[in-house]
Amino acid sequence: MKPVLEARNIRKKFFDPVEVEILRGLDLSVMPGEFVSIMGKSGCGKSTLLYVLSTMDTQYEGELYLAGQALQGEKPNELARIRNQHIGFVFQFHYLLPEFSVLKNVMLPALKLGLKSAEEIEHDAMEKLRLLDVQEQALKRATQISGGQKQRVAIARALINNPDIIMGDEPTGNLDSKNAQRVFDIFREITSEQKQSLLIVTHDQDFAAKTDRIIEMADGTIVSS
Amino acid sequence: MALFNPLLLGIAKTHLLARKKQSAIAALGVTFGIGVFIIMVSFMTGLNGLLDGLILNRTPHVRIYNEVKQSERQPIEDLAAYKDKAHIIHSIKPKNSQLKLRNGLAIRAELRKDKRVKGITPQVSTRIFYQAGAVQLNGNLAGMDVLEEARLFNFQQYIVGGKPEDLASNENAIVLGAGVAKNLSLQVGDYVQIVSINGSRERLKIVGLFQSGLADIDKVFSYCNIGTAQRLSGEGGDYFTDLHLKLHDIEAAAGMAEELRNSWGVNAIDIKTANAQFETGTSIRNMITYAVSFALLIVAGFGIYNILNMLIYEKMPDIAILKATGFSSGDVQRIFLYQAMMIGFVGAAIGLAFGFLASYGISQAPFETEALPTIKTFPVNFDPKFYIIGIIFALITTFLAGFMPSRKAGKIDPVDILRGQ
Repeated sequence: MKPVLEARNIRKKFFDPVEVEILRGLDLSVMPGEFVSIMGKSGCGKSTLLYVLSTMDTQYEGELYLAGQALQGEKPNELARIRNQHIGFVFQFHYLLPEFSVLKNVMLPALKLGLKSAEEIEHDAMEKLRLLDVQEQALKRATQISGGQKQRVAIARALINNPDIIMGDEPTGNLDSKNAQRVFDIFREITSEQKQSLLIVTHDQDFAAKTDRIIEMADGTIVSS
Repeated sequence: MALFNPLLLGIAKTHLLARKKQSAIAALGVTFGIGVFIIMVSFMTGLNGLLDGLILNRTPHVRIYNEVKQSERQPIEDLAAYKDKAHIIHSIKPKNSQLKLRNGLAIRAELRKDKRVKGITPQVSTRIFYQAGAVQLNGNLAGMDVLEEARLFNFQQYIVGGKPEDLASNENAIVLGAGVAKNLSLQVGDYVQIVSINGSRERLKIVGLFQSGLADIDKVFSYCNIGTAQRLSGEGGDYFTDLHLKLHDIEAAAGMAEELRNSWGVNAIDIKTANAQFETGTSIRNMITYAVSFALLIVAGFGIYNILNMLIYEKMPDIAILKATGFSSGDVQRIFLYQAMMIGFVGAAIGLAFGFLASYGISQAPFETEALPTIKTFPVNFDPKFYIIGIIFALITTFLAGFMPSRKAGKIDPVDILRGQ
């Protein structure tokens, strides 16, 4: 089986205020359906690594492959399209668009992808909301629902295009333990049933312990994986 | 990459509708700018048209006439003995020649065949005296083909208390200058005694008054049929002093006049040369209109620029997530550019409607002046061209105002925002 995401010898430097090498030649791969967490102290470069892998940060050296396709040196518009189709994101904050309804928030990435009709997309979005048990909130504005619900809507949005991999930057960092557990269960379900991969940066020991694999980082390198 | 992406338009619309008050204020700036532009330009050009029409409508595009002047070739030039010598001649007098336009009939016949010519009317212009009792007033009587003159040069617009037909059907009638009538206490229906410079007299019935709006003309000029004027001058039916040409294209006038001077050796003057000052006045008034409207629109543009900048600052997290979920820089840029353009379009559309209503109101306001007998309300020009210019103007301004902020939005690095919080 081929890895969904593969990174070879990733290096990245920050130049401001002084030159620091924040990623020092990392190798990493994620298999389909694998649930991987990245852990490490603050400043070890784990978030930086995630954003390099996410294709949003293009200032790095090394090779990056998503579903076999080389991503380094791709044009920004092409990267945006790849993100749209193949990567889902969940952040510590929900980043729902406040002017839009919950349903519309979930639909937007699929509308951007434009492979299906608006009706089909709406149907899919409702499916995802149901999967995350927030279908009742579909027509409310994104500002009118609770924090835990918002995060679940954000996960539904990440899932709408059935991406190959979902990346998370502290997705449970802002949730109480009950909601965090719930999010974990959803993630687990996604990997086991949909065969989608998950790559989650987290501080939460308990959360990481339950994932398939923990990648430990320190000082810009991987100590164990 | 369609120019108008419905998804991005939808997002832009949602953004605007979520901030109705702010959007309305931004649009109001454009509305005001465009509204004022429409009002000003409609009223200004309406007035321009009226003022220019005062002169230009009744001025022939080319006037062919005979001028009393000295011979261009003095006899000494023909003497072999003084060839190659400098000739200094004192006190040259004008040549004694007829006022009659030479080859008049031939020129007329030739020009009637010319495709550029819309119409041609002969005139007999003669100096006369108006006599009422012991009083004699200097004057000028023009005999003409009345109906043609009405068709080509809007003669009927300047007649009060009568119709051109009344004159056309009566060889013993006159349309008296309003100023003359006032000075001589005459009215329509009265008779006036005309004395020509060679002494012949005619008693003519006043069938209308001529009021051009230019007092100096109304105090001097009167009009009659060409036959009447020929009779007064003691000349025959082939006598005329002027030929008035109206062309299909006024721009061709200068070339035509040049051509006539060269081929017939007559005096011919075109409308542009004769009335250069009107053109200048018109273009300066237009310039002022456009400058003021443009200034207003720039102010509106700055308003949009400001509001958009604020909006983008506020929307940084939204922009970041849009980019994370696959919207490109160009998409984000267009979302905000669309907002500027929507503000511009809606503002301009309301501005056009507002401008139209206001100028319609002005066009209904009474405006009566002695100088302009046929005008009862303010002149307003409802040329659709201005409305098109207005909306293009607004869209360009709002595009420029929106361009910089939306480019900034497009360049926002999502990583900075997503990591920063």
